[in-house]
Order: sequence, then C-alpha cells, then structure tokens
Amino acid sequence: MSIPVLSGLRRYKGKWEQAQAAHLLRRTMFGAKPEDVAYFSGRSLKKTIRELIDKDYPIPSPPINAYNDDKYTDGEIAAGADWTVSAKYDGMNNYRRKNSFKSWWFGLMVNQDRSIREKMVLFWHNHFVTETNTVDNALFCYRYNVLLRQHALGNFKELVRAMTVEPAMLRYLNGYANTKKAPDENYGRELQELFTVGKGPDSHYTETDVKAAARVLTGYTLNYKTYTASFDPKRHDEGDKQFSAFYGNKVIKGMKGAEATAEVDQLIDMIFAREEVSRFICRKLYRFFVYHEIDETTEKNIIVPLAELFRKKDYAIQPVLEALLSSRHFFDLANYGAMIKSPVDLAVGCCREFSVELPGATEYPDQYGFWEQLRNYVAGLQQNIGDPPNVAGWQAYYQEPEYDKLWISSDTLPRRNQFTDRMINYGWARNGKKIGIDVVAFAQRLPHPEDPDLLIADAVAALYSIQLPAEELQLIKTSILLSGLTGMASDHYWTNAWTNLRQKPDDKANLSQVTNKLKALFRHLMDKPEYQLM
Amino acid sequence: MKRRTFFKTTLPVVLPALVNGFSLRAWAHSPLLQPTARAQGEDRVLVLIQLSGGNDGLNTVIPLEYYPAYQKARPNIAIPEDRILQLEGYDGTGLNPAMPELQQLFGAGKLAILQGVSYPQPNFSHFRATDIWLTGADAGQILPTGWAGRYLNDTYPCWPQDYPNPSMPDPLAIQIGGIVSPALQGPALTMGMAISNPNSFYNLLNDRPAGVSDSRAGEQLAFIREMAVKTDQYAGVIRKAAQKVTRQSDLYPAAGKNPLADQLKIVARLVAGGLKTRFYLVSMGGFDTHARQVETADTTTGTHAKLLARLSEAVHAFQDDLQFLKVDDRVVGMTFSEFGRRIQSNASGGTDHGAAAPVFVFGSPVQGGIIGTNPVWPDKLTVNDNIAMQHDFRTVYSSLLEKWFLTDASEVGSVLLKDYPVLPLIRG
Repeated sequence: MSIPVLSGLRRYKGKWEQAQAAHLLRRTMFGAKPEDVAYFSGRSLKKTIRELIDKDYPIPSPPINAYNDDKYTDGEIAAGADWTVSAKYDGMNNYRRKNSFKSWWFGLMVNQDRSIREKMVLFWHNHFVTETNTVDNALFCYRYNVLLRQHALGNFKELVRAMTVEPAMLRYLNGYANTKKAPDENYGRELQELFTVGKGPDSHYTETDVKAAARVLTGYTLNYKTYTASFDPKRHDEGDKQFSAFYGNKVIKGMKGAEATAEVDQLIDMIFAREEVSRFICRKLYRFFVYHEIDETTEKNIIVPLAELFRKKDYAIQPVLEALLSSRHFFDLANYGAMIKSPVDLAVGCCREFSVELPGATEYPDQYGFWEQLRNYVAGLQQNIGDPPNVAGWQAYYQEPEYDKLWISSDTLPRRNQFTDRMINYGWARNGKKIGIDVVAFAQRLPHPEDPDLLIADAVAALYSIQLPAEELQLIKTSILLSGLTGMASDHYWTNAWTNLRQKPDDKANLSQVTNKLKALFRHLMDKPEYQLM
Repeated sequence: MKRRTFFKTTLPVVLPALVNGFSLRAWAHSPLLQPTARAQGEDRVLVLIQLSGGNDGLNTVIPLEYYPAYQKARPNIAIPEDRILQLEGYDGTGLNPAMPELQQLFGAGKLAILQGVSYPQPNFSHFRATDIWLTGADAGQILPTGWAGRYLNDTYPCWPQDYPNPSMPDPLAIQIGGIVSPALQGPALTMGMAISNPNSFYNLLNDRPAGVSDSRAGEQLAFIREMAVKTDQYAGVIRKAAQKVTRQSDLYPAAGKNPLADQLKIVARLVAGGLKTRFYLVSMGGFDTHARQVETADTTTGTHAKLLARLSEAVHAFQDDLQFLKVDDRVVGMTFSEFGRRIQSNASGGTDHGAAAPVFVFGSPVQGGIIGTNPVWPDKLTVNDNIAMQHDFRTVYSSLLEKWFLTDASEVGSVLLKDYPVLPLIRG
C-alpha cells in the first residue's frame, strides 16, 4: 500500500505552470493538448477552473444520417440530415442510427472544447448506466445522452429525479413494466444501490426499502409513437409505502391520479436526506478524477468535507468539482500520474494531444466513418461507450482492489501500444483519406525542436504526467535522435537535420531521416508504461 | 472475440535498428516468397556490431607499407611506427596498439579484415549513412526496409501471424541496446525483439521488475511493467535460454566497465542457451572523433584508443566465451560503422567524416586474413580527400547470406535488390 497523502481540500496556491495545467487538463478533459495547456497556464487556477466547469454551454447539434451505404438508404431522413426528428424506427434504420449516435458522441469527445463537460457526461454515463444494445432504440439513447449533458454540471438531485423517468432508463431497468399488479424492483434497487446511497459502510437500506421504492415508482409507461414516457395512474400502486429505520421509518402516503408522481419526489427527498448519498457520490468523483484508493486519511480529509459541501449546496455539482479540482490534494505531487488512463483517455487523448486532423462536417460520411473506426478500437480496449458491461458501469471504476489496473491486461496492453504505434506509422485510412499523427508538425509546435535535449524534455512533459530520470532522457537522445552518437558535440547533427528540414523542405532524404527519427521517438515514448498513466 | 489469437501470438517483438525504416506495411503485405532451402543454415547466427559515429579506419588498420605517407597525412594523430601491431603473414599492414586481442585473433586465423568498404558516392551525414548501411540502399535511394529484415521476411514467411511455432519458437532477431522498451512494445508487424538497455534486460533475465518507487504513480508503473513482461511470450523462452547457461568465460570485464562486452556476453548466453535467433545487433557509440581523438603526448592513448580497446577486449572475450560454451562453430560476427574518416587529420587532433573503412568479420568459421589492399592516395592531399572504395558494403552482406546462412544466390539478389560478388569470408 502506498503512503497516505495528507494534503486536504484547502485551495492550492503553489506554482501554476505547464505541469500543473497539464495535470488538471488530463484529468478533466481527454489528454492535455499543448495549445490548451499554454492557454490555461497563462491564466490563474481559479479562472481556469471556472472556465472548465462553466455550465453555460449549448447542447451540440444532433447526430445525422451518415449511414447510407450500398446496402441501405434511409427513405425518410436525407443523407446528412438530423435523424432524431424521426419517429419511425425499424431494424434497418435503428441499427445504423444507434451506431450513428455512438460515433457522434465519440466525435464530441474528440472535438471537445475547453470544458470538463465531456468528461462529466462519461462520468454520469458510467454512473447512470444504460446500454444502447439493451435499450435498443436510437432516439431513446440519444435523448438520454442529452439529459446527461443538460445536467452534467447542474444539480445531482435534479438529475436523479429526471433520470428516474427518462425513457432510456425506464426501458433499461424495466420501469416501464413496473405496475401495481406486477411490481418490478429493478430500478427501485439500483436507484439506491448504484445511483444514490450506494453500498458504502454507512448505507443500510433493506430489501423492504427496495420493494417500497419499487411501489412508489409504479405506473410509468413508454409511448412508442412519440418516444416519450408518461404516467398512467391506473397502473400506480396507491397504497402507503413503509420504509425502514435507515430512512427513519418513513411512510410515503399512497396517492391517486396524476398527482401521484409527487410520491417520486418524496422518495427522492427521503433518499437525499441520507448523508451517505453525498459521500457516495464524492467518493465516486474522487475515484474518477484523483485516485482509486480511498484510505482513512482521504476519507477524513477529502470525502467528509467535500460531502458536507455537496449537501450544503443542495447537491449542486459545480461547487464540489471546484473545491476538489482546486485543492492542494488534487495538486499534491503524489497524485500526478497516479491514474491509469481509461481507453477513452488513451485514444481520444492521443488524437487531441497530437491534433490529429479528422474530416470536417462537410465530409460527414468520412467524419462518422473515422469516428466509428476509432470508437471500435476503443471498444476493443474494453471501453465501448454507450454499452458498458452492466448496470454497475465499467469495472475499472468500482472493482476493488484493482480499479483502474483492470484496464491493463495481457490483451489490452499490447493493443494500447499497437494503437499509438499505428497512429504514428500509418494511421487509419478510409476512402483514400488518412488520419494519423504528424510527428513533424507536433515537433514544430514544441518550443525548441532543434535542440535534441529540449525536444525530448518538452515531448516528455507534453505526454507524461511524471518525469523520466536524466539518464533515460540521455539514452533516448543517443539511441534515437542521434543513433548512438555521444557527447555534446553530436547534438548539432540533430540540429542540422532539423534546420535543414525548415530551410530545404524539398530535401526528401533529410525529411525521411527526421520523420523516421521522430516516429521512433514518439513510438518509444508512447509505448513506455509512463504514457499509460495520467 | 475478446482474446483474439492474432494478438496473442504476434505480440511484442520489435527490432528497431535492424529494420530501421522498415515499412510495417511492407511486412503486412509481404508476398509469400517461396520458402528457402534453409535446413542447413538455420542454426547459424550473425552478430552485427555497430560502431556508431564513424570509426577512423585509418588509425584502426594502419598501412605500414606506406607509413611515411600515413605519417605525413596525419602528423598529429599518427601512431608511431614501432608501436603498430604486426599482423601475422601481412607485413604491410598493422593494427592500432589498443587492440592486442584482435591481433591475437588474427594470428589464430579467426579474423578477416576487409579493406576499403563503402559504396559509390558516399554520404557524409551520420543519419543518412547509417540508414544506407542498415537498409542496404544506394546513396541516392531511400529504402523502407532493412536488409536483415528483408532476409528474415523471405526466410520466415507469414511473420508474425504464424510465430512462434515449433520450428521457430524464438525471436527471429534480438537487438540489445535498442530503443523500444522491454520486449512488449510495438505493433504486431515487426520482426525482432528489442531490449531497451542492458539493465532492463538483466532485470528481465533475473525475473525482477525494474526499480520502482513506492509512490502512487510508481506502484501503477510497476504493475504495467510487470504486465508487459508477463505478456511477452518471448520473455519466457529468453529467460529459459539464459538460465541454462550458468558459467561464462572469465575474460569479460566486470559488468558496466565495457558496455559492448556486457552486450556480447548476453548474446553468448542466449546462443548457448539454445535460442535459434538468427541476428543479434549490438552497438557502441562515441566514434565521432572530430577533436582530440588521441592524447598529444602519446598518440597511442586517448579517446579513440579507449574505444578500440573496448572493441578488442569485448570481441576477444566473446570469442573465448563462444569456444568455452562450445557454440563457436554457430556464430560469426561483423563490425561496421556508417563511414570512415578523412585521410588527413584536422587541426584539433581529430578527423572529420570520411568514406571507406575496414570491416572486421570474426569467428571460428571465418577464413582469416586480409581481403583487399592498403589504401593509396595521391601525394598532394587536400582535406577533402577520402579513402577509395574497394568493396561495396553489400558484398559483405551477400557473402554472409550466401556462404554463412547458405542462402540461394537468387534469393540473396532479391534481398539485396541487386547481385553482388561473394567474397571468401567463410572457411570451406
């Protein structure tokens, strides 16, 4: 076990430079793009956090029909048009639209702006899991994703209330089939076990509470003409619901008619009266943004006060994020590089760090095509966005004691290396278009690409959260950039080659030299275990 | 679907320098070249020793025959005539006094010296010249594949999908001192196994993960590294081979004293441990001796002498070890450097980038002796004059492929993209 990290929630007032900004961005966005690091390190930490957690963002334009192919043409929605206006879903179009939805979402991550939003959408998706395959309706899945976006930085309690009657969730956890005559406990259970009070040491809800909650939730149905949920009082259990001592023996009085949905409000008020809700969510946020292990010190110094703040702010999400992400604890050196990248962090982060250029909206078939290729690769790395393995989300976010180590296996580690190797070597191709990493362009954006020591140091700082020993930097220089030449005098061979590249871009042999060396350098840096950390 | 055999069997082997620039696409689409008749040569090993920086050939193998001209061309760095080591049977040529062990090896008939190895229109850039040597390209040609890579690709078709397999259970090639992190890294489509540095390789051999701190990040790193080692299916065969060899020659210096010797010691251990790996690439740097390559007071000492002494000591200990381990009839080694240096020395007591230089080929199967003549140059020298080519470097490759690896002449031509003469480097 590692040494306890003592720093607490007090505001971090230390250095605010490239390393600190990059640490914050790796955790709150996908990858730390050098341009973003430069942008934020020129502002204060406070302004940075405010900008990252700003709630005032538009909901992105919906996914479109980029799925016509030689086997299928959507007769209703024109190519390039928004399909979410459609109310007709059949086997052919639904399959393609589900894929379209998932690729659209992947694209939003790749093209994220300077905001924590996309990370929070993933956080909430992993928290309020639905599986696209199970929900099996593209429009439900899209709307569920929009709901996550609307509430991503809003109020947690309101999100729970809205999620409880969201069509995708009603479908996924059988709420639509939960009736007076045949109560279905599925959502009533997960609402408590996974979404609110959790299974922590101070969570003592009972089977009675599961049953009672299920009865409160009876009566919701799905309309497959409008793709909306509605409440049918005839299917609602009008009896009183008795809860256990954990909820203070609360009785929710049975109600009739359309007003009976107020029972759900009472249920949620009752659950949120338990302090454990705030602690459960704060622990989950901590594991998602800081470190997997919560020892006694962290529970006492971070979770307890953070949860108190969460309650004090009536479950508003922003203040909690602001406190955690601007804390001394977050910027404690011990937490740099302490997390293993999720597959999305690795792949989307890689695309962003290297400003990999993907086709734009005017080339939407290829745009969606590339998003899909990358998304499928990430699914092979065991993170299939839109389809977590089960209702508890991805194991790496909750499974003790391994947590994020679960992302790394004898199967996924080589594939991770193959991903970055491939991005550097030849990328992905489609219809004669190619995407991949331009190593020369990346080096050009570094401050001193002509100096082999600085080039390596800056590349390491851009790509790693932790430092490499000086001997290793030296080894990389002599064995890659200088191919075995040693000593100060040799540095100018690299400098000459680089300068020559700038001055005589037509010198093909030199371009191939420099490109191959940079490719070898970046392959090496990204194949090293350090690149798997953030 | 989760665990595709493809990935499992093709994991993590990389040979960056040997296949330097080798297009991964080329491996992937390799046409199925006809399997070769390689039954005879398949347990034979070639060790490539790269001397990075451009070794000063003229102060390595010295033309005693033309001593006055030699002395005149480089007065500030010339080795005194009486200190030059004599080569048995060749009065006109001697060795730098830093290399008594190679003199001895020559005397035993196990060292061949090829004079004047280069290629037409030599390039003076380290990077470009190195690529030319590694890919086997012409001066004006950019090849995406390495010469040894092409050989392996032809000889072991369907790499990597069908490997390892019972007839080739081991890495095709191993680079020691490579640039890719231990064993695991790289795309599926590479041909050898790289060991990033001897230290991490020792760790691999000793089954002990590299040094790790007890910090949060350190603990995560240790886990990933351990997974990397476990995942590498070749780690097991390499460790097993290494563990079979418990005693090696006493002639090796202590670990860390001579990095080349350390690398060659690993090679001997793996060969004797039974690996069928065909190529090993080891290297030493520092040969870019533009200034003060000798001590002014005594030109037999200084930077270049130290480098040559290490080379000589390492090769000698290696050869002794191979004999001790009784695998010397399976191993041939060769040295190469991206270029030699100018005929004239410069005013800083060093030499600038040049052209042709000698190549050493050593081992028990080698036909000892000197191939070629001492370099000659005009009386009126300028600083730009270079040693003329006598042998194209690809004739060394063609000779070793044909006579040592027993490859068909036609296939050698396809590997080297042209036909080259075959020199009598191997006995019998």
